[in-house]
Amino acid sequence: MSFKPVLLWTDTLFFALLLAGVLTVRYVRRHEALSSAWRKVGRSPVGMASATVLLGFLSIAVADSLHFRPQLPAVAEAPADAQPVYAVEVLSVLDVALAKLRTRSEKTYSAPFADRLYVRETVELPEGGQARIYPRLLWGGAHLREPAAEKGADIGQRALGGAALGLVLWLPLPVLLAAGLARKAAQPFVAALRSVVLGKTELAWRAALLTLGAIFLIAGAVAALAPWYHVLGTDKVGQDVLYLALKSVRTALLIGTLTTLIMLPFAVVLGVMAGYLGGWVDDLIQYLYTVLNAIPGVLLIAAAVLMMQGLIDTHPQWFATAAERADARLLALCLILGMTSWTALCRLLRGETLKLREMEYVQAARAFGVRTPAILRRHVLPNVMHIVLIALVMDFSGLVLAEAVLSYIGIGVDPTMISFGTMINLARAELARDPMVWWSLAAAFGFMFVLVLAANLFADVVRDAFDPRRG
Amino acid sequence: MLGYLLRRLIYAVPILIGVNLLTFLLFFVVNTPDDMARMHLGVRHASAEGIARWKAERGYDKPTFWNAHAQGAKRFTETIFFEKSVRMFVFDFGRADDGRDIGREIRERMGPSLAVAVPTFVLGLFASITFALLLVFFRATYLDFWGVVSCVAMMSISSLFYIIGGQWLVAKVWALVPISGYAPGLDAARFLVLPVLIGVLAGLGANVRWYRTIFLEEISSDYVRTARAKGLSEFAVLFRHVLRNAMIPILTGTVVLIPMLFMGSLLVESFFGIPGLGSYTIDAINAQDFAVVRAMVFIGSVLYIVGLILTDIAYTLVDPRIRLE
Repeated sequence: MSFKPVLLWTDTLFFALLLAGVLTVRYVRRHEALSSAWRKVGRSPVGMASATVLLGFLSIAVADSLHFRPQLPAVAEAPADAQPVYAVEVLSVLDVALAKLRTRSEKTYSAPFADRLYVRETVELPEGGQARIYPRLLWGGAHLREPAAEKGADIGQRALGGAALGLVLWLPLPVLLAAGLARKAAQPFVAALRSVVLGKTELAWRAALLTLGAIFLIAGAVAALAPWYHVLGTDKVGQDVLYLALKSVRTALLIGTLTTLIMLPFAVVLGVMAGYLGGWVDDLIQYLYTVLNAIPGVLLIAAAVLMMQGLIDTHPQWFATAAERADARLLALCLILGMTSWTALCRLLRGETLKLREMEYVQAARAFGVRTPAILRRHVLPNVMHIVLIALVMDFSGLVLAEAVLSYIGIGVDPTMISFGTMINLARAELARDPMVWWSLAAAFGFMFVLVLAANLFADVVRDAFDPRRG
Repeated sequence: MLGYLLRRLIYAVPILIGVNLLTFLLFFVVNTPDDMARMHLGVRHASAEGIARWKAERGYDKPTFWNAHAQGAKRFTETIFFEKSVRMFVFDFGRADDGRDIGREIRERMGPSLAVAVPTFVLGLFASITFALLLVFFRATYLDFWGVVSCVAMMSISSLFYIIGGQWLVAKVWALVPISGYAPGLDAARFLVLPVLIGVLAGLGANVRWYRTIFLEEISSDYVRTARAKGLSEFAVLFRHVLRNAMIPILTGTVVLIPMLFMGSLLVESFFGIPGLGSYTIDAINAQDFAVVRAMVFIGSVLYIVGLILTDIAYTLVDPRIRLE
């Protein structure tokens, strides 16, 4: 089957960001000062473990950012040379991988691992008459004949099998790593393997491997169960909650990364200029960020999003598909969040530049007649970069949390876009229900917690490694 | 001091003008009143007459900045800009889209909002400082370590879940307080306990960690060593000396929170059905009532500036060496 690739705006930016990340890694490897700071991050077990979790989330987001439109099957009576027709629906690689979760939806709510619907329905009995029962699910546990008796054993068997498969897939990794380390250090393989297992390598590889092992175990078990059960239940329209949670990862990650990408140039250029040039430039930039700061963030965001929404609603001709419209709104949200969050970093950079300006080496450069742009590029910018980096990693988790709140208030992403905020918003109405539908909330909570916790822990390690005051 | 405060107040004017211009541009230039009318009426009902009537009812039918048809000063005053923006400076916010007076609504809703925000703020400050000092007291022990770990864990939970979880556990399962609602007067306490508690809890993780860092920085100073040398107990050193000397960074940090209180209570108020400014704002956002949102933006920035000035005054109270000139 052929397909037509679709490159949404956010995809382009996201991949550009990944490319920039790869280039940065190459740059860092060539510069000793930078790579020694990063090695400090690598030496921390917490840093390596949280980085592994973040990379796991990143790979989900990457798979979900490769979009395409599949070709529709040819109509029987169509001429042989007819142009292929593509579906209107935009899918991603993740959608294909999760095809079973995406397409097998139930009628409405069902609990995790349930075999019956969560609400009663009136059905016609085969022997005549009607009854109000909880009907069997279309997909969840449909392969069982006597769910009550067979389900526990079936779930246990499949979960164990999946976990074992995950473990088998994981086993080569420590061996490969040890082989790599042995070659690099010209060391016997067994010695390298021993130091990996005992956690005596320079970088905290053991923590990364153990985290990866846990991910493989859980992912294996879930992957073995997901085609047969709704592992995290289904939502109001019968969509699999696990699918929704996995799709939300991309939205959260995009908000967290693109926003900082957008605000970065503003903050750096304006902050450094204000600090170094002083005078009316400083006054103007300070005025600008004081005004933006004076407005409570959420209200400024609300105002800007309402404006954007109006613009998008009144110009439907700009967007070919619903996915493009939702995408435009996501980008607009990143833009707005970026515009409201550059002020803090800008102020920090201004202060640091004021300090650097008076340093001897900058004074000397000025005395030698080095031009201002060159001083900024060569002396000031490299010396404020650690602040930029720290601010970037510290902001990420805050932005992920902000997305959920904003989408909940209704000024976040497009309602059709799957995100943690929209998941919570949909689940909220069910809290009053008795018995409660708790699984959508629990799934959103769990995924967000792991993501944000990993980001927070990683940010702490990065800050400790790069903040010169903390030695 | 008085001169200084006066100067600060004068500095505030250009900032407020900037805020005002920014929201005006966002709402009336990027989105014209025609767009607004179309959005409110729905695409199907948006006939030319309908839009004209909608605009006339709300006073959006005038020119934006300059009324060429009027005489004298009215050329300036009979414009959208004057009616919707300049009047804000005397706290005349005009009417919401449903025809109600925004100023009156704000005055009525201020009480419930403050009833949530002030106890949350005070109790939150008290709880985080106490916990932070305790962690510093037990520094470099397991208690400190696990305290910091739980702070990071608490920071990683979305405020939405604190509210949802708290409401579910305390109000529904334990049935200790009503789930939502509000009553005027002293009856309000019943409805306020849970929102305040949740507000305090939601901010605890980040705050405790932040104060802990401040205290740890302070503890390496010379005066602390002197105090210990003269035989004061560690407890007395922390709670009497360190706390007082850490007041300046604490004050600087808390004032930033004053406009944040706004954001916090935005969610809490809408979840608990408290008829305050936060829920008013959320309703306005959902109804796309730009007049109300603009009024709240303006009030928010006024609060921020007042907060900044209050910090300066508080500095002089905490540390007599600081003089505002």
